[in-house]
Amino acid sequence: MVRPPIRVLIAKPGLDGHDRGAKVVARALRDAGFEVIYAGLRQTPEEIVRAALEEDVDIIGLSILSGAHMALFPKVLALLKKEKAGDIPVFAGGIIPDEDARRLKKAGIRAIFGPGTSLEEIVTTAQRLARSAA
Amino acid sequence: MTRAAPIPAAARAILDGDRRALARVISQIEDRDPTAAPITRALYPRTHAVPVVGVTGPLGVGKSSLINLLVGRLRALDRTVGIVAVDPSSPYSGGSVLGDRIRLDRPAGDGGVYFRSMASRGEAGGIAAATREVTRVLDAAGFDVVIVETVGSGQVDVAVRDVATTSVVVLVPHLGDEVQTLKAGLFEIADVFCVNKADLPGADLARRDLAELVRLGAGRAGWTPRVVSTSTTQPAGIDELWENIEAHEKFLDDSGQRPLEERRRLSSEIVELVRERVGRRLSDRLERDPSLRGLLDEVVARRIDPRTAAERLDRPGPPR
Ligand SMILES: Nc1nc2c(ncn2[C@@H]2O[C@H](COP(=O)(O)OP(=O)(O)OP(=O)(O)O)[C@@H](O)[C@H]2O)c(=O)[nH]1
Ligand SMILES: [Mg+2]
Repeated sequence: MVRPPIRVLIAKPGLDGHDRGAKVVARALRDAGFEVIYAGLRQTPEEIVRAALEEDVDIIGLSILSGAHMALFPKVLALLKKEKAGDIPVFAGGIIPDEDARRLKKAGIRAIFGPGTSLEEIVTTAQRLARSAA
Repeated sequence: MTRAAPIPAAARAILDGDRRALARVISQIEDRDPTAAPITRALYPRTHAVPVVGVTGPLGVGKSSLINLLVGRLRALDRTVGIVAVDPSSPYSGGSVLGDRIRLDRPAGDGGVYFRSMASRGEAGGIAAATREVTRVLDAAGFDVVIVETVGSGQVDVAVRDVATTSVVVLVPHLGDEVQTLKAGLFEIADVFCVNKADLPGADLARRDLAELVRLGAGRAGWTPRVVSTSTTQPAGIDELWENIEAHEKFLDDSGQRPLEERRRLSSEIVELVRERVGRRLSDRLERDPSLRGLLDEVVARRIDPRTAAERLDRPGPPR
């Protein structure tokens, strides 16, 4: 049997208004053979976790610009754990200061991509994280 | 006497309302994973043949937005809803972007709604088979109504007739003339036409044109398709849309059509499943089995044509 596609949830928590970056990443993942469930803008951590569980995704990607990452990302991780889904890897992209990035990684975000990251790096990292979790 | 097979733990969990178990078996069905079979087999007798509403139509006409409002309507009526939204896979990468979920807007923590996005993953006929299986799992999981969204193009809308008990075809004003609707094969499958974006100019005309077209072309087996106008941005017509879907469901019961339609769908599902199995086995053998490889060589060398080769393969007994 051929290996089924990796299912990834791309969501954008927080209140900031546009999702161009998230859409570009979504398209790159699709072109690499991922099935991308695009949850869209202004998702609460509760909605994100619920979507991840209903869609039975292998991995979650969060994008943020508003600076609320220190509040929202750990909340997503905590809710996943509460639902016994702490094994789903979570990566993040956006404008995140180095110090915050270190703390988020410690909290369990598996990879963090700054604005300069190549799409290729995002894709290969997502592949590696999803396959190693499976 | 037959002894009932033990119910697998996953099936038990699904019947008990475990949404993780439900999500997982849907993935297995999508993956054509054989471990799903004992679970779906155990669930089948526990399905209730609930209404399955197919919502189809061209790209961007508002299918997901309508489904979102229908879900709101159904929740107000205290009915639970399971939704499957099918989007095409890219023929190049095999990947896809599944974006129908964006339109879903439900109260936090409402356990009466389950939404699942699904990629068509190539095989045209397979879409219907996997989707059917998923709708039945949702049925067994206890949802009162199942909604299936598909993009109406080519094979997909044909598939919807093999999945849904009521098919809603969504159109918008100025999408093009009715001939295009006819050409797309959308006309034959509609039990209810929904002219969405009725807030835009031209909606009245589109509705009248459609109604005229419906009047001229007699409906299938005693049912004349209904035409409803809706808007999701300035919400209107949603209650009427649901009433017409229900009217069709009631017609299926009153006219005795429901069991006939069910039989037709199941028959086509079985044929599709056999086709998938036989096809897979045969294409394996055509490559590996020396005697069959020889047959393929003959075709490649233009000594026999593909149809003759197929006739030989289809003959019972060992292939020559
Ligand atoms: N003016 C107007 N726009 C609408 C209406 N319903 C949906 N739209 C808009 O149409 C666009 C597509 O809506 P969707 O609900 O995603 O349509 P869809 O048919 O599910 O799209 P696909 O799944 O991509 O084929 C969005 O920008 C909606 O805001 C409506 O009643 N009136
Ligand atoms: Mg849609």
